[in-house]
Amino acid sequence: MEMLHLTAGRVAGLLSRRGVAVFSTSGVKMASHGGVTEQTDMSVPLYCDRLDTPLPDRPYKDTLSAADKSLKQKEKGPWNSLSKEEKLALYRIMFNETYAEMKKPTGEWKTVLGGIFFFIGFTGLVVLWQRYYVYPPHPRTLDDEWQAMQVKRMLDMRVNPVEGFSAKWDYEKGQWK
Amino acid sequence: MSLVKPAMRGLLAKRLRFHLPIAFGLALVAAVAFKFTVTEPRKQAYADFYKHYDSMKEFSAMREAGVFESVRPTGK
Repeated sequence: MEMLHLTAGRVAGLLSRRGVAVFSTSGVKMASHGGVTEQTDMSVPLYCDRLDTPLPDRPYKDTLSAADKSLKQKEKGPWNSLSKEEKLALYRIMFNETYAEMKKPTGEWKTVLGGIFFFIGFTGLVVLWQRYYVYPPHPRTLDDEWQAMQVKRMLDMRVNPVEGFSAKWDYEKGQWK
Repeated sequence: MSLVKPAMRGLLAKRLRFHLPIAFGLALVAAVAFKFTVTEPRKQAYADFYKHYDSMKEFSAMREAGVFESVRPTGK
């Protein structure tokens, strides 16, 4: 009963601390270490490597070096004059990964399958521990002698004598057919 | 540019025209097979069981085994 006597001052103190955290203007950065992490500006076009978006909203490299800028100038002329390396460099300015690189198999399935088997194994150990420490003793109706008495009583009662249980027992010889 | 226009209508009807007779045929086959593999042998088994069934004999055997509550085994 003593624990429930929260004074009004204490409650106000808790609420005011929580209020400071909620109404702070630094937004998402509060959760990180001192606000050093940078946050992407979602209000401008972004680049993405996606299989279903072949032409992203902006080129990959938007701050071009001097060499890149001169290459871009050369791109404005006839493309036959571009060498193979220059064409590849222009591609890499526009895009980060090729489709082949995006589709490269990651081998993640091995991790997933390994994790599945590991946890199934762990669960097996838990179940084993339960079998020895949690389960109550066996009911006596599962003992062999009780089961034998049960079978004898079923045969005496002629359970399913036409096509079922007792039909398989030979009553004259006293054995299974 | 001389591609033939694909069928735009009647696709379900066409599929049903093909698959419904097959479905009905298979259902009929299943019913007939069940009749002749299960119900007819079962009827015969019951007929054979009751052809030479002596109910009093069976009753006495069950009584002696002690499974009844209304009659005790003879001799008690």
